[in-house]
Parts: sequence; structure tokens; C-alpha cells
Amino acid sequence: MTQTRPARAALTLGPIAYHWSPRIRRDFYARIADEAPIDAVYVGEVVCSKRAPFVEDALPEVVERLRRGGKRVIHSSLAEVMLPRERKATAALVAEDALEVEINNAAGLLGADGRRHRIGPFMNVYNAETLDELVRRGAEHVCLPVEMRAPSIALMAARGQQIGVGIEVQVFGRAPLATSARCYHARAHGRTKDNCRFLCEKDRDGMPLTTRDGSPFLRVNGIQTLSETYVALGDEVAALQAMGVSHLRLMPELVDMVAVARLFDGLRCGTMAPDEATARLAELSARTPLSNGFYHGKPGHRHLVAQA
Amino acid sequence: MPFDEPAIAELVCPAGTPAALRTAVDAGADAVYCGFQNETNARNFPGLNFTPEELEASVAYAHDRGAKVLLALNTYPPAGRFALWRDAADTGARLGVDAFIVADIGVAAHIARAHPGKRLHLSVQAAASSPEAIRYYCNEFGVRRVVLPRILTIPEIRKIKREIPCEIETFIFGNHGLMVEGRCSLTNYATGCSTNMDGVCSPAADVEYAREEDGSLSTRLGAFTIDRFGPGDTAGYPTICKGRYLAPARPEGYYAFEEPVSLNLSQLLPELIDAGVNAFKIEGRQRSRSYIRTVVSTFRDAVDDIRAGVLPDMADLLALTEGQKQTQGAFETKKWR
Repeated sequence: MTQTRPARAALTLGPIAYHWSPRIRRDFYARIADEAPIDAVYVGEVVCSKRAPFVEDALPEVVERLRRGGKRVIHSSLAEVMLPRERKATAALVAEDALEVEINNAAGLLGADGRRHRIGPFMNVYNAETLDELVRRGAEHVCLPVEMRAPSIALMAARGQQIGVGIEVQVFGRAPLATSARCYHARAHGRTKDNCRFLCEKDRDGMPLTTRDGSPFLRVNGIQTLSETYVALGDEVAALQAMGVSHLRLMPELVDMVAVARLFDGLRCGTMAPDEATARLAELSARTPLSNGFYHGKPGHRHLVAQA
Repeated sequence: MPFDEPAIAELVCPAGTPAALRTAVDAGADAVYCGFQNETNARNFPGLNFTPEELEASVAYAHDRGAKVLLALNTYPPAGRFALWRDAADTGARLGVDAFIVADIGVAAHIARAHPGKRLHLSVQAAASSPEAIRYYCNEFGVRRVVLPRILTIPEIRKIKREIPCEIETFIFGNHGLMVEGRCSLTNYATGCSTNMDGVCSPAADVEYAREEDGSLSTRLGAFTIDRFGPGDTAGYPTICKGRYLAPARPEGYYAFEEPVSLNLSQLLPELIDAGVNAFKIEGRQRSRSYIRTVVSTFRDAVDDIRAGVLPDMADLLALTEGQKQTQGAFETKKWR
């Protein structure tokens, strides 16, 4: 009996969650464009609309550079849409015919009706019924929520293959755990969101929150709360590809992302052993622990070692 | 009845058990909300919620007294488990509930198709915080009421009301969640139980109170210490977004997200009505019957006074949270953000 080898998943780079300056963004993406074996890059500000002008400043140059490097560029929309400027930005983005867009808030769905678009990880696509409903209105690619468990991912990937829709899973980087209307960066410094003075720009790696008995726990990123650990599904890449997951997402972190991309490239091509990749990933991540608990139905912060 | 009159200051009250439902109805609730004994609702706690038989009897009890029953199906079914939500919706329709409170697009689509005459309310768990998001759900699934996230100011609510074709329900009293609901995986990160998929936040089975050597008491959720209290202090229940942590700028430890306060909008009721809010929601399906009786009857009196053009007795309303810190959250000022 011949067994078909599962299709090789594409490698993507998710949008930068942190408030990195335009200069840092340009340098970061230039290196990705030139050196990283990544197929598609999601750009744009997803977390805080106050940061958007800084991000947009660097965007035309970044997009051009990435395209010249052969990367497909997708524009991600804000996860939280409440203020007039957030509503306007979302409506303008989804109306832009020339751009490929990833929608992260239901506000974007209204204007996207009938237009081709992608659905981002903040949109809560947990089941095939929701997937079908969104596809009916023009969605052709969905990134699943970071807390999805393996059996559900498998069913979503199967449905995606059946109806010709891309299914993407985050395989590296801090897990986005929560969003709020309140800015916790500002709060830590006795300020509010409206007079924040962009304190978050100083914390390129997020602001660490440690428990009162000294355990690193969470990272504050403006209105977003991230995990301390890096989600790292290196051991799980083969299983994800076998399920039919079509895209593997790396989230930009303060590590050598080109090296991370090369490791996952090796994993998806089968040229690198998972245990070796995980060991090197741990080395690259230095003091940041790795986790894969969500995938295995365990507490998200845990890292389960693959059974030999 | 697709064109029934919009509700005016409808009082929507929690019912964690059949006994609490009867208490809330007797105390003057216009509507009660409840769920089945499983993960199809966001208060999937041991000892809470209804069997289908209990729901049937409760619907009869409420309807006999002119109160409505709203069934919460407000969690997100993970692929492979959808049938549980579909069956819950079909059972609720058969038992004659007055509306479904939903968050998941797939669940909303199922009810819109299978039970087209039934009212759909969009749960706060759907996090629809703009007219565009709300209109999407109205257009697609015929949603008749949105429960707004607790992050909007009253002027913002007023503006939204002008741009949407459905009723608005807001929380006015009870536990005050800080994160955008339906977008929080903090509990799952610490415990492996998901708020969205399993309907639990800070599950009791993962909570631990540990006495330290120095006499202090640590409250833990899964592997993490959420707070630590001195010998004389009252230890709060460990909820991640109400814990105290250390940050580089706050080495002494602080409430990184919010202090343990509860929401009390009693003083804003007239303004909320004026802004176009159709229904007031009281949180607390996990609360005792005596709590339900006191809170519901106090708000019943207040709403009746306001409807009659009389100022309600603020002392009664403020006394409800006596001894506890309270907040008007985002509703009063955007400085809260």
C-alpha cells in the first residue's frame, strides 16, 4: 500500500505584536526578506491603534522589501475595534482591493462581505460550522486560536482540505492570551491609555510579570497579555502536516528569527530531527522557556517531551 | 413576533439553579438567564445549572409569572464537540425558552437556520464592541439584542445605539471582568481548562490556598501564585486578572490588571436608559439565593422608580456592595482605560 507523503506546509511570519520602532522594523524585515525561508509575512499593527501611525510609517518600504525577497505580504487588521479611528482603519483596510487582508475583528467582516480575505487568530474559529459560515462570505484562509487542542486542529485541517481553505497554526512565539480595553503598560506607570506616552516602546520584549514567589508568568504588551513562554511546536510539525495543516506561523520575538525559521524549514522538509530542532530552539530562546501544553490539552505553559 | 416592541429597562437576572430561578422571578426579574449542566455555557461549575427536566419546569414557572427565560449557549464549541451545542439549542427550543444567548458564529448560524422564530441575543463573549461588528451579527443571523462588552463609556453606548438595528443589554452589577470576554485564555494557560471551550474561569479544582512559613497565605491557580495575603488579610479567590504581581517598575507587587472590585452602575441607571440601553444584566449565576433575592428586589424597586419618574433610593443600591470595593468601570470615564 502506498502512502502519500503529506504536503509540505508553508511557513509564515505573523505580525509583530510589540511596539518596535520603525527603524527596528525596517531592519528586522530586511533580514527576513533576504535570509529567512519564509513564504508569507503578515504586517501591520494588530494590538494598539495608537501605535498604528508609527507602524504605517515604515510599512511601504517594508512591504516592497519583502516582496522583492519573494514573500507574499498580508495586511493584518486590529484585534480590538471600538474607537472611531479603529473603526475607520478597519473599514479602510478591508475595502482595499489591491491588498490581501487578514481580519482579526468581526467589525472587518461587515465590509469584507464577498471579498476574498483571511481570518486571523483573534476571530475565534473553533469549529467547522463557523469556518463554513465565514468561507461562504469570502474567507479563504484561517489561522486557528492559539489554545486549540490537537484533535480539533486535525478536524479543522481536514475540513480545510475538503473545501480548499488554508488552515494555519502558530508554532512559535509567545501565545496571545488576552486583550483588554485598558492599557496595562500605562497602568504599571500610573498612567492611562490616553496619556500613555508610548511607554511600551521601551519594552521590546514585553513587560514581564512575575508572581509574588518569583515565577515568571506573563508579558504585558500594552492592552495585550502574552505568555511568558514561547509556544514551540517543533516536535509536532510532522503531525500537523499529516493532519493537513497548510501553514505554520512563527511570531516575531527578540531572538534570531532567521535561525528559528531555518529550524522550522528543516522540520517541515523532514531534513532535521525534531529532538535536535527543539534542543536548538531552546538554545536560541535562552532564558525563555518553551511550551506546547495547549496543543496537548494540558496547561498552556507546560512543555511536554515527545514520547520516543 | 418579529416586530415586538423593544424592551424598556428589562431586568435580566442570573439563575444558577432552579431554586435561584424561582427566587429571581419572585423578586421581580423580567427575565432570567441560565444554562445546561455542561460546557455549552460560560458558568460550567459543579453544582450549577439545569437538567432539561429542570429547565422545562423552570420555563413553566417563569412563564406563569410573566418572566422570560434566556438560555446561555455562550461558549465556543471546539471541532468534534459541536453536537453538544446543537443538541442544547434544539432542546432549549423544544422546551420553549424565549431567547438564546450565543457567542459562536457556528452556533448562531445553526439556531438561525433550525429555529428561525427564536430570538438570538449576542453574548458579551462575542466581544462585539463596534456598530460594524454588531451589524454583522444582525445581518447574518438576525440577532435581536447585543450584550455589550464592559469597556464602553455611556457616550460611546449612545453612539452605538444610533447605528445598530437591535436592542442593547449592559451589565450593571456583579463581578467585573477585565479582559475582553471571549478572548481570554489565561485560565487555560495556567490550568488546561479553557474559558472559551470548557466554560470555566479559575476552576475550583485547580485552586489552592497555601500557608507559608511566615504566616502569610498564598492563593494559587495551577502552578502559579496569584496573590499572597498577610495574616490579618482576607484572601480573595485566585483569578488571574485580579492577582498581584511584580513588574520592573513595581517591584513591591501590585494589581497589574485591576483591583478586586465589583461593578455597580446603580447610580447610572437613568443615564443608561437615556443612552438607549434596553436591558440591564445582573451578573452572578454562582451566587446564593439570598444574594439573588436582595439584589434583584433592590434593582426591581430602583427600575420601577425610574420608570415612574422618581429618583431611586441610592442608599439601598450602594449598600449592596457594602464592605466591598466597587467601580463604575469604563462606563463613567474613559480614564479607566
